[in-house]
Amino acid sequence: MHEVAPEEQFASMEQQADVAAFGMWVFLATEVLFFGGMLLAYAVYRGSFPEGFAEAGRHTKIVIGTVNTVILLTSSFTIAWAVHLAEKGWGRGVAVLLGVTALFGLVFLGLKGVEYYQEWDEHLVPGLNFQMEGPHGQAVQLFYFLYFMLTGVHGLHVTIGIVLVAVMAVRAWKGAFTKDYYTPIELTGLYWHFVDLVWIFLYPLIYLVGRSG
Amino acid sequence: MTAATFTDKPAVSVPSYLMEEGSTLRSWLLTHDHKRIAILYTISITLFFFVGGAAATLIRLNLVTPQGIFEPGTYNRLFSIHGIVMVWFFLIPSIPNTLGNFLLPLMIGAKDLAFPRINLFSWYLFVAAGLLALFAVIAGGVDTGWTFYTPFSTMYSNSYVILAISAVFVSGFSSILTGLNFIVTVHKMRAPGMTWYRLPIFVWSNYSTAIIMVLATPILAITLALLAAERLLRVGIFDPALGGDPLLFQHLFWFYSHPAVYIMILPGFGVISEVIPCFSRKPIFGYKFVAWASVSFTAVSFLVWAHHMFVSGMSLYAGLVFSLLSYVIAVPSAIKVFNWTATLHKGWISFNAPMLYALGFIGLFTTGGLSGLFTANLAADVHVTDTYFVVAHFHYIMVGGMVSAYFAGLHFWWPKITGRLYHEWWARVAALLIFFGFNLTFFPQFILGYLGMERRYYAYPPEFQFWNVLSSAGASILALGYVLPLFYLSWSLVKGQRAGANPWAATGLEWRTSSPPPKHNFDVTPVVTRPPYQYRPEPEPQDA
Amino acid sequence: MREYLPPRSLVLTWIALLGLLTATLTLAYVPMGIYNLIAGLSISTIKAALVVVLFMKLLDTSPIVRVAAAAGLFWLAFLFSLAATDYMTRVDSHIPIVERER
Repeated sequence: MHEVAPEEQFASMEQQADVAAFGMWVFLATEVLFFGGMLLAYAVYRGSFPEGFAEAGRHTKIVIGTVNTVILLTSSFTIAWAVHLAEKGWGRGVAVLLGVTALFGLVFLGLKGVEYYQEWDEHLVPGLNFQMEGPHGQAVQLFYFLYFMLTGVHGLHVTIGIVLVAVMAVRAWKGAFTKDYYTPIELTGLYWHFVDLVWIFLYPLIYLVGRSG
Repeated sequence: MTAATFTDKPAVSVPSYLMEEGSTLRSWLLTHDHKRIAILYTISITLFFFVGGAAATLIRLNLVTPQGIFEPGTYNRLFSIHGIVMVWFFLIPSIPNTLGNFLLPLMIGAKDLAFPRINLFSWYLFVAAGLLALFAVIAGGVDTGWTFYTPFSTMYSNSYVILAISAVFVSGFSSILTGLNFIVTVHKMRAPGMTWYRLPIFVWSNYSTAIIMVLATPILAITLALLAAERLLRVGIFDPALGGDPLLFQHLFWFYSHPAVYIMILPGFGVISEVIPCFSRKPIFGYKFVAWASVSFTAVSFLVWAHHMFVSGMSLYAGLVFSLLSYVIAVPSAIKVFNWTATLHKGWISFNAPMLYALGFIGLFTTGGLSGLFTANLAADVHVTDTYFVVAHFHYIMVGGMVSAYFAGLHFWWPKITGRLYHEWWARVAALLIFFGFNLTFFPQFILGYLGMERRYYAYPPEFQFWNVLSSAGASILALGYVLPLFYLSWSLVKGQRAGANPWAATGLEWRTSSPPPKHNFDVTPVVTRPPYQYRPEPEPQDA
Repeated sequence: MREYLPPRSLVLTWIALLGLLTATLTLAYVPMGIYNLIAGLSISTIKAALVVVLFMKLLDTSPIVRVAAAAGLFWLAFLFSLAATDYMTRVDSHIPIVERER
């Protein structure tokens, strides 16, 4: 096992790891605001058109949405487990779990794709083929615009996450990490959990609107 | 007793950061050294300053006569490009990415920022954004104003809106990464003994700026993304005809853009807080007040945005709330101005160029700030909104204030950064030209605004011509003042006298290492034992 | 081999998350008016807290990291609360939040 030296500007590996984690949390704070802007738009329009949003919510695919939520929650579990193994230095185990996490991510995206296709089929894509009769047409279109923006931006983050997780899986398999140095895995975990956190809030806002109506 | 565990004059001649990594283009473009990245930024933003300045020149030329010389559509593109370039490609990166990048690690006793590669990436993003912006300008520009208000920008404008906002979007990420780097660096990379209350105010200011960058800019990013999607898909998120609210755009846009104007002044406060003590030979008055006033902006600047929307159609109640909060934000600014003035009191003042700029800053920034009180007043703002009064207000702060501060800092730290002394006489001439030219350009605009001349209009009633001519004349003097430093500063690089480690006998860790510094900043990591600004009693003689 | 197994805290968290998901899904079908939204968001908040504390281990980090983590939410609250001073008090707009949809 080779000794890893800290980068030039750091006094120790400990400082480097501490600084990296801090940096990642600051980055996650920026992501909260990034998604938050869209949530303000959602809040304004849901507050203005409650019946329209309820109508729109009933058109969302609750089965796919719920399954996807289960997938993401489980993937958070597997990546947290991977970080736990990384703390112990079990490189191969880490790689397997990271691989599983990435696979979950791919399934999530796949289901999302199926869902988008269904929505296209039902003429629910604003600006492209949106068609809806009835008094709530405008409000439903606003809902779906926000739906595609929110899930689209989220999906972009999932994609980035999958790439990161996959790269880390390969590196872990090749023995790049030890129980004294596994910071990149920890940071990747934090990023992935954040992607899950966003979805935890998107789920009720998208799929559970108007279900009791 | 003294903190000197390092020498001012190294026994052996150590290569500086300008030479150590090599002097090939590749070594500069792939550098991780914060000092080289600072220089890369300086060159980039100087280019953009002159692009924005060219637009300003054409604007002032147009306004010499009441009927103008440009088509209205062209004029709209000129002021839009002027705003976009000056805000995102000059002012926001100016002090933080040039002086901040260079000095922050030095001032805290570190070898580099926390994330050097992210720093370089930040510059790459800035260049990419800049190229997009230049492309937008050359392709024909955008005519929405730098504020991109909807539904004009989404539904009606026939200009290159999406290209322009893409440029701004990318520049935003450059900003966020810089902010992230600074925050982490200041928290985690300070030298032993460098407690928070021993930090120079320049560090406190740039740290506060970094927090604003990190928290505000993501909202800009998502707002521009929504704008682009709206323009492409015509869905109505901001269009009343389709059920949307144009004010939603304004709320989101100004939630970023008001804090952004604090990004565009706080670093200037930091520079002034270094220059004034040095050239008064006194510690800054009320250090803790100045420090915490800087930090207070990270919160208060986020609470006032809708004072840009008083006449937009938002509710009167919101107008009252935001007007009240906008008065509150005058307090930290005033604290700083009082403290700088008190620093001058009974000081041993010398009028070197940096000090001339700093003194000019105090006057010009205060004037701009006071005029802000008028605009914060709900009733008065109904009269002056969208007039030249507002234009004068923000130019006094951003140009009279921030640009003066940038020049003050550039001159103050020039010997440290380049190892050369500039020609003091020419520098003072430039400073005076800038001060005089600036006032002649912008004071008439207060009057024009009060008399009712609208902003963003290519033509105006003939009774306004007198003041417009004065303003344009002032602009030509101002332009001369801005061009002069290009010459004498460049000249100094080749022929200027070599500077010692501390030509101003200033305090601060950056003055303890050679001019220019070695790549690793300090031969030995400094240990700090004394508070900042120890000008009384006079510091021990330095090699000058 | 046993060392490869996940620690109990992680497994229990995962099960709790799935349980809360079931709860939120079920409650959505119960007509509760405005409380549907409140229930949904409250359950999401609890799920988020579980992820942040038990998966991301925020409480084991230094105070400044926790401040950074909270900052995003806190500043977002500025946006929502002050924008509400406009949206909750408009009268002549087609976007009144207080009135029901026409």
